[in-house]
Amino acid sequence: MKQTSLHDTHVALGARMVEFGGWSMPVQYASILDEVRTVRTTAGLFDLGHMGRFRVSGPDAVALVDRVSTNHCAKIPVGAIRYALLCREDGYPIDDLLVYRDPDEVYLVVNASNTEEDLAWIREHSAGFAAEVDDLTAATGMLALQGEKSVEILQPLVEGCDLASIKYYRFDRGTVCGLPDTRISRTGYTGEPGFEVYVPTAEAPCVWNEILAAGEPHGLKPIGLGARDTLRLEAGMSLFGHEIDAEHHPLEAGLGFAVKLTEEKGDFIGRAALERLAANPTRRLVGITTPGPRVPRQGHVLVAGDERVGEVCSGGKSPTVGTNIGTAYVRLGFDQAGQALELDIKGKRQPCSVQDLPFYSRTRK
Amino acid sequence: MRPDDRHYTKTHEWVKATGDTALIGITDFAVNELCSGNEGDLVYCDLPEPGRALEAGETFGEIESVKAVADLNTPVAGTVLEVNPAIEEHLEVLSKDPWAEGWMVKLQLKVKNFDTSEMMDAAAYEAFLSESAHS
Repeated sequence: MKQTSLHDTHVALGARMVEFGGWSMPVQYASILDEVRTVRTTAGLFDLGHMGRFRVSGPDAVALVDRVSTNHCAKIPVGAIRYALLCREDGYPIDDLLVYRDPDEVYLVVNASNTEEDLAWIREHSAGFAAEVDDLTAATGMLALQGEKSVEILQPLVEGCDLASIKYYRFDRGTVCGLPDTRISRTGYTGEPGFEVYVPTAEAPCVWNEILAAGEPHGLKPIGLGARDTLRLEAGMSLFGHEIDAEHHPLEAGLGFAVKLTEEKGDFIGRAALERLAANPTRRLVGITTPGPRVPRQGHVLVAGDERVGEVCSGGKSPTVGTNIGTAYVRLGFDQAGQALELDIKGKRQPCSVQDLPFYSRTRK
Repeated sequence: MRPDDRHYTKTHEWVKATGDTALIGITDFAVNELCSGNEGDLVYCDLPEPGRALEAGETFGEIESVKAVADLNTPVAGTVLEVNPAIEEHLEVLSKDPWAEGWMVKLQLKVKNFDTSEMMDAAAYEAFLSESAHS
């Protein structure tokens, strides 16, 4: 199992380590529910060293990214970031990713479990493009600081960059904990304001410790993948392997905003199939809440009377909403907010109702 | 040290027999696997209806934490006499006292001298846990 450079730091902090996407990662340092509350009220620090990071360079870098991904890379302003998907020819996703537009190249951040597959896929489709794809995963450490205190905590450690001026889904560079030219992006997976910082692998423990120390008076805590999953679920953000997989296309997943079927985007892998799929919707990703004690879990069936109308993708106990929540693909006609359905949990029924996503939204400034 | 008045299984249940009845529960290790010492992260425990007949190895319920769901299996055959009413409302008893207050079901044993060849005493269970931790 792979380890990030923060592995020993997590163990020393008392983390419970689990396998995730081929990596040994901290699932929690304390109570998962308390960790969720910490991020919602103050701030949390996450190790994201496991995520895949690629650099696409060369004169055709943008064109190659536009060929393999669903968003329109050529239209992303330098210094901005867009969410996108890599799809197969049939329109179903291989992965979802963030696309950073650098002045002369493109930087991609993908899911840990798909890193090798994504790299092979992009390279396989790079024939004819004057572009190179480098895997920077092993060389890079990645930390996320999330929560309303994040600017307050991080700014004193940063020189040459005004964090408060970085808008949502934009990035800048600055000196972080003495490390010059560090990529700092206003992104995250929690629904809170915050930053993701990219540093050399060997420097990650030092940066981690400095941020943690600086944040301690503000209530900053290290946060594991368990709470991260609940935070992203509350914020209505999809997770590969749950809302996004080879059986569900991006349009029914509510990710149409990242699929550009415009004329100027031009052809890309999966485009023709996605145009056909767009014309024939059958189901839709929705939120569900349940007043019952059981937490919806991936694979639970949703029924209306005796009719099977959907299936759960993710679920969790939400301290923010105050009830058990989940996401599910539901057949059209049963997908409107307020629709009463039942969860079938090994033959036992529990009422639930459809709700629009997200469950939680902090008004973005 | 765990109580030595009962038998333990490799799947972290315990069974404590008294005459022709037995109490079934799960070990501190099983509880900790689910909630990592944070009892507030336990969310639900599903226990069977009294009167249900269970075979050895059969799943009688489920226990759920924020991050995981685990089956509850009985190591011995019997009929459910009662389930612990305290658990439904106070899952934290499992964390505080999995050995006495945290019992889950009381069975009328099908066979009084049930087969313990696959079970362990407290010392053997201890050794089993430390072996698993190092493998």
